[in-house]
Amino acid sequence: MDGILLSATIYLVAAVIMVPVCSRLGLGSVLGYLIAGVLIGPVFGLVGSETQDVQHIAEFGVVMMLFLIGLELEPRALWDMRTRLLGLGGLQVTLTAGLIAAACVALGLGWTVAVAIGLTFSLSSTAIVMQTLSEKKLDKTEGGRGSFSVLLFQDIAVIPMLAFLPLLALPELMGTGAEDAAHGVADAAHGAADHGDTHGAGLSIVDRLPGWAYGPVVLAAIGVVVGGGMYLTRPLFRFIARSGLREMFTAVALFIVIGIALLMTLVGLSPALGTFLAGVVLANSEYRHELEADIEPFRGLLMGLFFITVGAGIRFDVFIADWALILGLLAALIAVKAAVLMMLAVLFKLRGRDRWLMTLALAQAGEFGFVLLSFNVQNNVIPPDLQPILSLLVALSMLVTPLLFILYEQVFARKFTEAATTRNADEIDERGTTLIAGHGRFGQIINRLLRASGYETVVLEHRSDLVDGVRKFGIKTFYGDATRPDLLHAAGLHEARQFVAAIDDKDQITALVKHVRRERPDIHIVARAIDRHHVYQLYAAGANDIIRETFDSAVRAGRSALEAMGEHPFEVEKAVRYFVRHDRETLRKLAAAWKENVDVFDNEEYVAIAKRQNEMMMDTMRSDREAARSNALERAWMPPDVRPEEEVDKD
Amino acid sequence: MSLLDDGDGPRRILILAAHPAPRRSVAGRALRQAAREMDGVTLADLHAEYPRLDIDADREQQRAEAHDVLIFLHPFYWYSTPAILKEWQDIVLEHGWAFGRSGKALTGKIFFSALTAGNPEESYAEDGYNHFTVRQMLTPLEQTADYCGMVYLPPFAFFRAGHAGEDNRLNEHVAEWKGLLSALRDRRLDIEAARALPLLNGQLKSLTVED
Repeated sequence: MDGILLSATIYLVAAVIMVPVCSRLGLGSVLGYLIAGVLIGPVFGLVGSETQDVQHIAEFGVVMMLFLIGLELEPRALWDMRTRLLGLGGLQVTLTAGLIAAACVALGLGWTVAVAIGLTFSLSSTAIVMQTLSEKKLDKTEGGRGSFSVLLFQDIAVIPMLAFLPLLALPELMGTGAEDAAHGVADAAHGAADHGDTHGAGLSIVDRLPGWAYGPVVLAAIGVVVGGGMYLTRPLFRFIARSGLREMFTAVALFIVIGIALLMTLVGLSPALGTFLAGVVLANSEYRHELEADIEPFRGLLMGLFFITVGAGIRFDVFIADWALILGLLAALIAVKAAVLMMLAVLFKLRGRDRWLMTLALAQAGEFGFVLLSFNVQNNVIPPDLQPILSLLVALSMLVTPLLFILYEQVFARKFTEAATTRNADEIDERGTTLIAGHGRFGQIINRLLRASGYETVVLEHRSDLVDGVRKFGIKTFYGDATRPDLLHAAGLHEARQFVAAIDDKDQITALVKHVRRERPDIHIVARAIDRHHVYQLYAAGANDIIRETFDSAVRAGRSALEAMGEHPFEVEKAVRYFVRHDRETLRKLAAAWKENVDVFDNEEYVAIAKRQNEMMMDTMRSDREAARSNALERAWMPPDVRPEEEVDKD
Repeated sequence: MSLLDDGDGPRRILILAAHPAPRRSVAGRALRQAAREMDGVTLADLHAEYPRLDIDADREQQRAEAHDVLIFLHPFYWYSTPAILKEWQDIVLEHGWAFGRSGKALTGKIFFSALTAGNPEESYAEDGYNHFTVRQMLTPLEQTADYCGMVYLPPFAFFRAGHAGEDNRLNEHVAEWKGLLSALRDRRLDIEAARALPLLNGQLKSLTVED
């Protein structure tokens, strides 16, 4: 217990110091975590070999990340990217593996070892790249999308690689290799369990099955994930939502991710792939944003932990012994990977800076590299004495990645800024999303109006029965409490164009508007005001358009009442227009006199203005009926002879 | 003597633009855009400023007073302007401001209408199916301007606006529009000669004084 607390403290302190510093310096959080790891590991020696075990736990962050990526990718979008996924990703893996293998053969390695190394180093780091892309808001660019296609293909490709690599086993390593590398084997078994290895893991059920049963079992497992996601999650979430316990949602979200990971491990598939699939299935769910908000903190922490362990695992003794060779190999590795990526970027018609983004982003080896290396050694494919150098290469290339991103930002992003601005001009019909908080009587109307006019909306509603009810009418809302900052973030507050606060509670609306204005100084905020005093509060909170929820309908009711008294409808309309205009003016004057903490009845200035304004209105509207003293209501339609005399006679 | 309220320095131009279906406006949109980009020109999109047609008389009067040239820019609806421009006249052109003994606010300002029409130019003639020229159709505007002491110029019209994309017609018209606005602004337009014409179109060269 003490040991855990001590390690946790060391990891957390290192992260808490280094990550904000690196972020502040514009280096990105990933480099911060990596440096934190280097400091507590090789530099100060505060943590030792247990980082290996921690790393296997931390790799679960990657599984969660793929779940979250899946949540943002509707099945349709996944289908739309199939060409890129297979073409770009497939070519990247094949070409890179081939080139690296050829280089290894040229360096004198056997072809089986060369192929194994080639495959291992063809993979890139999903963890670092996706984290950095979203942090730097590059994930929606063409280069970002291309990178994602490649990474997704790589994550899928790991599974056949795990099946294929043992076939390359070297006869001379058979028998002795396993014992020699006992530590490595234990590692590999552990790591492979996380990544769905069918050979080393004790949890697998499929290796005890006859060959013919394997296919059906795997298909059944995928069926469980897809079918469960489509049909079981909704009733489950509804049940949980009724309990009103927020932590139960977190528990269910974790259960889904961990349960799927377990299921995939049992049948020998990649947990990352399984949760990704589940994410895609749930991308259309009303509970999507709630899930995102619940999983996100776990993902963030685990990924951070993972990066720290990568930093901590760097073997400086190995590096110092052969530094020239290692630096040479590192440069060669990055050069080969970058060259292949650049070629593919040109082939797939990426432009300017997007081309450079993909090239530099994916030029490292990835976390799956560690797994494949251990696995290769364990299966006698790669001689154990090569492992330390190869592991170090993987780690160093990951350490270099944030630097490559900085290079991209400083050199290529700037160089091509002009090209980007011209392109923005054609993308002008990118109309942006409106985020609506609350789908009750108020929010519903706003949502329908925007949707009917062809605008994208994302609606958050915290009453699950309402979410369910409107779904029957084909209206899509997301379950979630809009007053939770993490949920607003998951629902896309950071990129929305407009925010509408339409929830019921007065104080919560004010708090919401304040929060949104703080997070997004540039966003347009439409706010529902409960009463006049609320208008002042919302104005102070930074809302752009403040709409009193009952004012317009009360005015309409008043119009009906006046018409019912036999007034001519257009006379009524003019009176109403004047009334509304006067009321707005009064509101503006009163707002200046209003004080947050003083009751209006004790605010003498406020009362005086209100009285004066009211008298003015009575005066205007009454006298106007007696034809001609004031022309406030209908001066324009008045014939010259009934105008105030001073105006007619003045000359 | 001239009615013109002559001064020196560039004339300030106010364009009151009206199009109730801006999304379907092609020629009008190009003319509005061109005007927006010009120095010394204020373009007011009336339907945007008053989507509920409740025109603010005080504001409009102040704005008109601050300019030397007033232009209505609009599609030619039933041989006239869209309703909001008529509403503008009804509300803004008050006794004691625009007319009457003390109503001199608009005196000496230049006024004309720049319009886009669906039918071909030759139809607006005694023997054409529209029977009257565009200038004849707009006599109510001409008389209103005259009543308010303004200098009325003939309309600047774009015909067959539904076929604006043909040849280079629209681009040529927009270029002429810009030329007309800058000539007005820089006092290079021969106002007296222009007043007599049936249309301002196609006359820019002969009307412009080089300086």
